[in-house]
Formats: sequence, C-alpha cells, structure tokens
Amino acid sequence: MLRRASMLLARQPILAARARPFSTDLPAAPSADATFTEAWTKVIPNMDPPKTPLSFMQPRPPTPSSIPSKLTVNFVLPYASELATKEVDMVIVPATTGQMGVLPGHVATIAELKPGVLSVHEGSEVTKYFVSSGFVFIHANSFADIIAVEAVPLDRLDVNLVQKGLAEFTSKLSSATTDLEKAEAQIGIDVHSALNSALTG
Amino acid sequence: MASNAAVPFWRAAGMTYITYSNICANLVRNCLKEPYKTEALSREKVHFSISKWTDGKPEKPTLRSDSPEE
Repeated sequence: MLRRASMLLARQPILAARARPFSTDLPAAPSADATFTEAWTKVIPNMDPPKTPLSFMQPRPPTPSSIPSKLTVNFVLPYASELATKEVDMVIVPATTGQMGVLPGHVATIAELKPGVLSVHEGSEVTKYFVSSGFVFIHANSFADIIAVEAVPLDRLDVNLVQKGLAEFTSKLSSATTDLEKAEAQIGIDVHSALNSALTG
Repeated sequence: MASNAAVPFWRAAGMTYITYSNICANLVRNCLKEPYKTEALSREKVHFSISKWTDGKPEKPTLRSDSPEE
C-alpha cells in the first residue's frame, strides 16, 4: 500500500512537467536550418541560401529573470501601426474591468478593451488616444500588444458631434422596442459618454 | 468552469463581438472633426463582388459597394 502511494506521488511531477509553457518561455525557433544550408552550399556554393520567413521575423525575447526597465508596446490598427516596438514607461488601457495601468514586469494578461482613453507615458510626455474597442495582450517578457479597431488622438474629436450623438442615442433608448435596438442604443450611449468624459475630463 | 451568467448586454441581445466592435468604431468615426472624418469614412468603405453558383457553375458576379452599416 505504501509502495502504491509513493508511485502516485512520483507520478505528479511528471504531469506537471508536461504542462505546456507559455510561448515567451520557449527558446526561439532557429531561423536557419543547418542541414539545409549545408546541403545548399554543397550544391550551389556561389549563391546565398534563400531566406525563410522565420529569418525575417525577430523572435520575442524570453522572459528575463529581472524586471526590465521599459515596457515595449506594439499598438496596431487595421489600417496602420501606431506604435511599433516602442519602449515606454507605462501605458494605461481602458479595459472592461476598469482603467488598467501596465508597467514593465506586469503579469501576463489578456484584456478586452471598452471604448475609452489609452494613454502612453514616456518620460514626462503623455500621448492619449481614444480607442473604440479592441484587445490588449500583455506578455510575461514586458511586451504589450494593443490592437484596436479605431483609435484617434483626442484633438481630432468634435465635442458638438459627441453631445449630439449622446442626446440622439438617449432618445433612441427610450423609444427602442426590440432587444437589438435597445442594445444598439445602449452601445451608442456607452461610446458617446466615454467620448464625452474623454474630452471634458 | 465559468457559468454563462455574466454575458455582456449586447451578446444577450444576440449581437456578436464583431458587430459590436464595428458599431463602436463607426460611432467614433462619426464624431471626428472634418478633414479626418472624410478620410476615415473613405477608409472604411467595403467593396465586394458576389456570385451565386448553380449546377457547379458561377453566374455573373454582382459588384456591391456597401458603406459599413450603422
């Protein structure tokens, strides 16, 4: 009986070791296959071996043992890349669970964004964008990927249009009949009130 | 593990996340100041061609140009 108990205990660490590590903890895949390059140079010594897509990509650095001093941010939109591997001190993202401040060394998180203000803090300068919705992926190695459908700097927003929209959707909510109309009116109210507080607050 | 209790109001009304996200994006774009607004609206036009297939052969395609629905 005691032998079976010790066998069971011995089995636990094996199960734990088989648990998959996060992608940032795995070693980066080698960008050039050694056997291929050798075979190539034997047959065609004058030309360089062709580059594979993997060699164009920069692998993400593995999770460092000490907390890095800067957060690397990639902020992308469907039509443009706002920030590409920019090193900053902090970003504050409007997650559905509230304003989330992300510092270097933040725990790995996936958060859905609600309409709100995203602020990027670098030294003493703060750049603010209004984000319509999206996601933020924070990796353990202090890389943050923010993806948004629409993000505009605050000075491109027109206050009058925002307030008109707010009034319009508030009236739509009271006159809505189906669930879908009510949901759309509610979304309109949420977005416009977030825009309003972004412009006035 | 998590129960289906706390769904967002738009999903409870039968809307998918993509629809919700596109509605939010459109509302934000409609609140832009003038030169940016026209750029944004032109950016989000969708053009696609649809062709129905019958008996394994495509019929003549129709070209549709929808501006994204509000």
